[in-house]
Amino acid sequence: MGMTIAEKILAAKSGRRAVAPGDVVTVDVDTVILFDNNFMPNNWRDILKVADPEKIVVTFDHRVPAPTQQAAAAQVTGRAFVKKFGIRRFHDVGHNQGISHQLVADYGYALPGSVLLCSDSHTCSAGVFNCLARGVGGPDIIYAAIKGQTWFRCGETVRYELTGKLPAAVTAKDAFLQIAGVHGAHATMNVEYGGPGVAGLSINARKTIAAMSAELSAEFATFEADAVLEAWMRPRNPAPFIPVKPDADAQYLAVRKVDLSALEPLVALPDSVVNNSQPVGQARGTRIDQAYIGSCANGTQDDIELAAKVVKGRRVAAGVRFIVTPASQVVYRDTVASGAIQTLLEAGAMIAPPTCGACGGGHMGVLGPDEVCITSSTRNFKGRMGDPSSRVWMASPATVAASALTGAITDPREFLQ
Amino acid sequence: MTDRQNAAMKFNGRVWIVGDNINTDLILPNKAFYLTHEEQAQYVFHANRPGWAQQVQKGDILIGGHNFGMGSSRAAARSLKNLGLACLVAESLNGLFLRNCVNFAFPALECQGISTAFSEGEIAAVDFAAARVDNVTRGTSLSGKPLPAPLMALVQAGGVYQLLEKEGLIAPRAQGA
Repeated sequence: MGMTIAEKILAAKSGRRAVAPGDVVTVDVDTVILFDNNFMPNNWRDILKVADPEKIVVTFDHRVPAPTQQAAAAQVTGRAFVKKFGIRRFHDVGHNQGISHQLVADYGYALPGSVLLCSDSHTCSAGVFNCLARGVGGPDIIYAAIKGQTWFRCGETVRYELTGKLPAAVTAKDAFLQIAGVHGAHATMNVEYGGPGVAGLSINARKTIAAMSAELSAEFATFEADAVLEAWMRPRNPAPFIPVKPDADAQYLAVRKVDLSALEPLVALPDSVVNNSQPVGQARGTRIDQAYIGSCANGTQDDIELAAKVVKGRRVAAGVRFIVTPASQVVYRDTVASGAIQTLLEAGAMIAPPTCGACGGGHMGVLGPDEVCITSSTRNFKGRMGDPSSRVWMASPATVAASALTGAITDPREFLQ
Repeated sequence: MTDRQNAAMKFNGRVWIVGDNINTDLILPNKAFYLTHEEQAQYVFHANRPGWAQQVQKGDILIGGHNFGMGSSRAAARSLKNLGLACLVAESLNGLFLRNCVNFAFPALECQGISTAFSEGEIAAVDFAAARVDNVTRGTSLSGKPLPAPLMALVQAGGVYQLLEKEGLIAPRAQGA
């Protein structure tokens, strides 16, 4: 019987000829990423041995620069861990720092066919590189760092066939909100993205969809490999790889078509990402206090340049805080070089250092009582970005930027044609 | 949970009921991240059911809906355990949350029909290994989905840290993990 991409990688990495839904398998892990939260005094367990320091990546991203003494203590512990085991791929606060999932893209850490783990739920972001990447628990990460292995339960796979090309001012975030709005949660399932429409999406755009697939509660989110992936990977990681294609007779729970050319800008209403989307026009005029662009889902060069295009020559509305957070120092430097950061600053945006920051209500833009935010980050759960009475709408960076200009939820097509 | 209960994985307790799609931000909010494990447990459902954590008695059982524990990978299962809950029974468990239940040896069972089989305050008897849930108050019972054997073994071993500690791969810690 044919296998999907996820099943093929699970089989290869567990030394089996075939894997099917329902199987629990032990697999070899190629890359284990640790970040500052792992090293927090109330989370960390002192590791006495690691399977292979070359398979480990360490970054500080959730709380950077350290906003509290505990966050600073976590970094002290992390640096000692890096030193103790001689970990070379270390992204300390400074030149190479960034959100772990952005670093995977910036530095080519996830090769097609590989298995990557990190104890951040948006680790599925790396599935854009035709690999199996999963957010796991903190103890899973410590286990995998020590043993070089982990377990997975194989689920059914749903395939999304993307066709057509996104219209102006409509983004991959809108494509995701379309899927999440119509099809809801995919708990226990894998999602596989393919079809002719993928070729027209940049790696950054695909990465938005892959990262957001955490909100579908998917086990794995995986894109097919193509020339765009190859062109991205080669200058960043010269190691050889073999793309993993689904078998022609792979068994899917469902195959669903998404016509990108038929999409329009969407928003998700507060409190849930899934089953909660509507056209931006229906939310038009909703007053906002804060507009946020950033996170592993939408802090890429594409996202920041799109926001700059929207606000160019304009000013952020009075009373609105517009916060833009590049997802890594690489993205930050690239968007300074392209002029996008200058444009955003002139419009009145605050630029935060690369961090998960406000997305998780940690720092750098936490919401107060009854405040309303429109965000292009990953989650809009109640209390997620701050006070439980605050309200978080989710949309594309274009819609967030347009809303920052008017002070209310706004269709980006008013500014981008 | 006493050691004897832990070994037998049989629980008897008063139930609390929550709905579908309970996310881990609700169980372990960011504002509690820097606190001790015991303090963190007092913030469970702080945003959606303030004051609830303070009403929970040791040995109580939580009943959830579909996709319980969706969202962030944070150690939300640890907070439910530290709150004194004996176990969780839900219509379905989020895949990442299930990992953390196993990691922290918090018994969590998937059982279709559970959310309508109880009213809050009724008494449940849960046989975790057999995946059987009885409503003692009503005299009814339901069958759930047993945890795959290797995962059950991890829960019975006390979770990942107990295992690694026993093998000398992580340093022991005085405070509970």
